[in-house]
Amino acid sequence: MDTFAALSQGLMVALQPMNLLFAFVGVMLGTAVGVLPGIGPALTVALLLPITFKLDPAGSLIMFAGIYYGGMYGGSTASILLNTPGESSSIVTALEGNKMARAGRGGPALATAAIGSFVAGTIATIGLALVAPTVVDLAISFGPEDYFALMVLAFTTVSAAFGSSVTRGLTSLFIGLALGLIGIDLQSGQARLSFGVPDLLDGVEVTTLAVALFAIGETLSVVAAGARADEIIEPVKGSVFMNKEDWKRSWKPWLRGTFLGFPIGAMPAGGAEIPTFLSYALEKRLCRKPDEFGNGAIEGVAGPEAANNAAAAGVLVPLLTLGLPTSATAAIMLAGFQQYGMNPGPLLFATNPDLVWGLIASLFIANGMLLVLNLPLVGLWVRLLAIPRPWLYGGILVFATLGTLGANPSLVELGMLLVFGLLGYVLRRYDYPIAPVVVGLILGPLAEQQLRRALAISVGDPVVLFQSPVALTLYALSALALFGPLLFYVITGRKAPVGGDED
Amino acid sequence: MKHLFRGALLAAAVAAAPLGAAYAEINELKIIAPAAPGGGWDQTARSIQHVLQTDKLVQNVQVLNVPGAGGTIGLAQFVNGSKGDPNVMIVGGYVMVGAIITNKSPVNLSMVTPIARLTGEYEAIAVPANSPLKSLADLVAALKADPQKVSWAGGSAGGTDHITAGLFTKAIGVDPRKVNYIAFSGGGESLASILGGKVTVGISSLSEYDAQAKAGKLRILGVSSAARLPEAPDVPTFKESGVDVEIQNWRMIAAAPGITAEQKQALSATIDKMVKSKAWTDMLAQKGWANTYLSGEAFDAQLAKDIAATQTILKDIGLAQ
Repeated sequence: MDTFAALSQGLMVALQPMNLLFAFVGVMLGTAVGVLPGIGPALTVALLLPITFKLDPAGSLIMFAGIYYGGMYGGSTASILLNTPGESSSIVTALEGNKMARAGRGGPALATAAIGSFVAGTIATIGLALVAPTVVDLAISFGPEDYFALMVLAFTTVSAAFGSSVTRGLTSLFIGLALGLIGIDLQSGQARLSFGVPDLLDGVEVTTLAVALFAIGETLSVVAAGARADEIIEPVKGSVFMNKEDWKRSWKPWLRGTFLGFPIGAMPAGGAEIPTFLSYALEKRLCRKPDEFGNGAIEGVAGPEAANNAAAAGVLVPLLTLGLPTSATAAIMLAGFQQYGMNPGPLLFATNPDLVWGLIASLFIANGMLLVLNLPLVGLWVRLLAIPRPWLYGGILVFATLGTLGANPSLVELGMLLVFGLLGYVLRRYDYPIAPVVVGLILGPLAEQQLRRALAISVGDPVVLFQSPVALTLYALSALALFGPLLFYVITGRKAPVGGDED
Repeated sequence: MKHLFRGALLAAAVAAAPLGAAYAEINELKIIAPAAPGGGWDQTARSIQHVLQTDKLVQNVQVLNVPGAGGTIGLAQFVNGSKGDPNVMIVGGYVMVGAIITNKSPVNLSMVTPIARLTGEYEAIAVPANSPLKSLADLVAALKADPQKVSWAGGSAGGTDHITAGLFTKAIGVDPRKVNYIAFSGGGESLASILGGKVTVGISSLSEYDAQAKAGKLRILGVSSAARLPEAPDVPTFKESGVDVEIQNWRMIAAAPGITAEQKQALSATIDKMVKSKAWTDMLAQKGWANTYLSGEAFDAQLAKDIAATQTILKDIGLAQ
């Protein structure tokens, strides 16, 4: 087995004490920046690039890998404990994770996120090592029309995040879609809804909107409720760690999340957000206790967390096999490769095998190190919630503002944070779900661009949308997601046991 | 009289500059990178920072990222906030020229003090290895037959890739408004669409396609340089294939508006020293950037030419009035 020989050779490289130290520094840095909203792994690696210029290539690439995976972990910690998604791919985690944390189950939520990320990261890294060339061929064969079908599937399943009322959910979704239109239109180069404000030309930043709606909106609600607030945050209720039932309810979502995250992450336009939406929707459908969704269901943390970590490994597939950077972090890592005179591309595996396998091996090391570092810290992290409420929310405000301004020091950005924070408060006050707003902002522009690309390539012929087998399969799945429960009802004469709480 | 005196002083300064003593030492410099960390402008700013500091040309150099809207947000902040300040500079490039026009930016490059063009990349047109288009002549024939059937994958609308596609089409006598241009937000995504055969051709900087071409997955039909490029000696230029288009996606450094001639001279001399240093040469080689250094009046003239040509082609494509 060539692969295994190469991989063990890579492990030898990664396990050298110096490289372990680099991995450690990387995961610590990554976790820290992952916790801060707005500041992500891409920015951190970019800032470190000039400093690492003189370091040994293997060591710095290992450190970058640590930052990359660490960022994913850090993002989920902030989502669960503070309801402040540090990264756009951990927005879904905040939905159930924060509910769990408030009910004294922050420990199990953090644990299932950490172990799920480890499991998914490991399986996906194995996938990266073994099937990268096959997966990449499939990923490349995806055209704009197939991506559009994938977005349609994401839209149809997103109703899982709607909460109790479809009308309210759709209202929120349309607010998000409208916000998604702001800025320069990629295809025509023309500004839309920017009202002459140059800072709006690049559109609304997803993390700014998410942090504002989740963290600032909530802080305002707490302040508005004042002394009338009767909700008590319990830092720990029951075991700090996962109990037997938690394990039982987590392992399948971990695996399902992995199998959604890895291939979608490997697609050039897939990203890490869409698999988290799909995973959340899927777990809600499959969960035996759907009423728990919205009140802190562990499946809703386990699945999406596994999905975003698997997607993070998936992103490396096109990067390493084809030299295609498909995310901001991947683009920076590409710059890192080039710094050492390597040209990622179809020939990288052939020309620099020890580095590639060293990197893949260091992903394993980073993953393991994150688990070892994070699990014992769970007990400490949840104590954050014991901080008296005024201080906790004061801290969250400072934290959200610093993170957003750190990424883009602009007054307009700060203004957006406040306005969207107010929007978040109003939505909460009148019981509109906030997740669909963010989902609309993410999916709307993606769906629009892919649809227009597909139609431009076919010179306006809509038939192109229904020609590819991939697209047809995805539409069939969408139809199943929409009408499946109804069909179940018609056939069996009883209410669908899953996902049927919309009425 | 006063004017004459200053002119004489300036001449003396120019004459003395190579000796390195006649211009003021710069102790501190802030460089604005009008883009997010990681991109070309940011890397350029950080490379300048690195070389200026290692060669002790400037004691303390800071890079400040002001991302947004093709660099026009950083440019606006620079023009409005740094007037007369000799210790602030901005990195920019050809993309900014187009962005200023399409975004109807209230500030433009005539409001800064251009110092020098530093590096540049050339555009390349590529097709997947199994494409029926074998040469630029085939592409020209396909465009003349039906320009809409030829889909071009490149960066955002109105950017260098789109402008090059427009110039190419116009040069062969086809209406540039008919260019079927498909904009992608990242290099990876557009490259995937070319490799997957979803579009007819791809247009981007040569470095984006180089690795794939060497692996035999892409065929590069032509490049936008004046002469063949050392990294791709087999690829013909547009010009030798009979398409009269030459375009460089350059990056530059500029100083603040309203600085004195002496201050400008000091900054130019510092940048000149940097460009001629070994550290800079090494940096360019390591990043794979071509040295297209051009300063003084020659750069001013080239800049004016580029701005005028860009204005025209953006009108022709229909992106500007």
